[in-house]
Amino acid sequence: MIQIIDVVKRYHVRGGESTVLDHINLQVARGEKIGILGRNGAGKSTLIRLISGAERPTSGRIIRNMSVSWPLAFGGAFQGSLTGLDNLRFICRIYGTSTEDKIPFVQEFSELGKYLREPVKTYSAGMRARLAFAISMVVEFDCFLIDEIVAVGDSRFHEKCNLELFEKRKDRAMILVSHDPGFIREHCQHASVLVKGKLTSFDDIEEAFFYYNAHAAEVA
Amino acid sequence: MDSANLSLKRSFQIQVRVVGALLMREIITRYGRHNIGFLWLFVEPMMFTLGVTGLWSLAGASHGSALPIAAFALTGYSSVLLWRNMPGRCSGAIQPNLALMYHRHVKVIDIYASRILLEIAGTTASFILLGVVFTSIGLIKPPEDILKVIFGWFMLAWFGVSLALLVGALSERTEVIEKLWHPVSYLLFPLSGAVFMVDWLPSSSQSFILLLPMVHGVEILREGYFGSAVHAHYDMAYMAISNLLLLTLGISQVRVISRTVIPE
Repeated sequence: MIQIIDVVKRYHVRGGESTVLDHINLQVARGEKIGILGRNGAGKSTLIRLISGAERPTSGRIIRNMSVSWPLAFGGAFQGSLTGLDNLRFICRIYGTSTEDKIPFVQEFSELGKYLREPVKTYSAGMRARLAFAISMVVEFDCFLIDEIVAVGDSRFHEKCNLELFEKRKDRAMILVSHDPGFIREHCQHASVLVKGKLTSFDDIEEAFFYYNAHAAEVA
Repeated sequence: MDSANLSLKRSFQIQVRVVGALLMREIITRYGRHNIGFLWLFVEPMMFTLGVTGLWSLAGASHGSALPIAAFALTGYSSVLLWRNMPGRCSGAIQPNLALMYHRHVKVIDIYASRILLEIAGTTASFILLGVVFTSIGLIKPPEDILKVIFGWFMLAWFGVSLALLVGALSERTEVIEKLWHPVSYLLFPLSGAVFMVDWLPSSSQSFILLLPMVHGVEILREGYFGSAVHAHYDMAYMAISNLLLLTLGISQVRVISRTVIPE
């Protein structure tokens, strides 16, 4: 179970403070899949980072009673000067799993060939996404945080991601952020909508979309 | 109580793992796998010390003291490297590691810890290696009281760690710190006790120079090295209190920035 209790996140901006998340509450049970809807800049990625523990809330509490992944996004979580292989080694070290037996999977899934031994900063966006996803599948978690990770890449890459994440790991909890309504509809049981820093949760996905569309014009 | 102990033990294990992983990451990006690789860790400070020892030995004819110049340069310049390199490496250390902070276990303090450990290891290895080599070729005599040398080295390292945390954390709050640190460290070098013994100074300026904590560390280190050949001035209680204050200030500033760092 993950419990988000009364969480507030404010950032310092020029001329004062900006409240990105305003007294947010959310619960995620084991195996539950929740979609987060919101416009660009509504605070979806901030919420994901707070749940992952990479950032701390200004106030409120986040209780994690299961292991939670880092935010699986196509960009972050990698050091650009390190090679793909060294990034894999780094992540295996900090999560305390063995490395060498994971290399064949990452090699095969990422399809990077000899580029796996080149610095990540030389990769294209597609190559980064493939590496990011492959490394994400190396460490097992009870709950995966997915921030638009499958939004890039070609259809073959999408199929491979779907197989790894939604077939092989369908027993896990997931929190998904996506602009693609079809993606949320297909994979989530419930959805929550972020509007103006407030999070409203719906048991029914269609209700969530109705609410989202009704408030789409409101700027965060 | 039991579970609290367990989770503390577990936190410690995680921290050791993370600092270890960050150490490897630093070594790879700083020294790479080409030519001599991570040996640069101590070859780099060794080259500095060797160069300075060489220069001082050439100029040594006019230095007007009975102390052997090579040992004087080795103890002095190694001390400078020890306390000066750590703050330099911690200044602006978070930016290149922001992406790694996506991982919950990677904390600001771990990044500083890994860079500090590397710096201590490098300068210490360089000091020991040069000392052993210089002694075995008969360039310098072995230290008279090695425990005192180690104690001085430890105190200088403590000073460096404290200063590194403070400079590192403050550099995240304002860019001015990174710009200021270069001239400050440069100007502190001639004042740090590396190029003189306090006893050589006019007694009116001795009390001023002894306000600088690292001077005490270099003095006791040299007393350990040269023994009765020098008359050292130091107050280790003063240095310990200064170090402790600096460390407390440094850690509190690290705590402040830990709350505000945003992963890339």
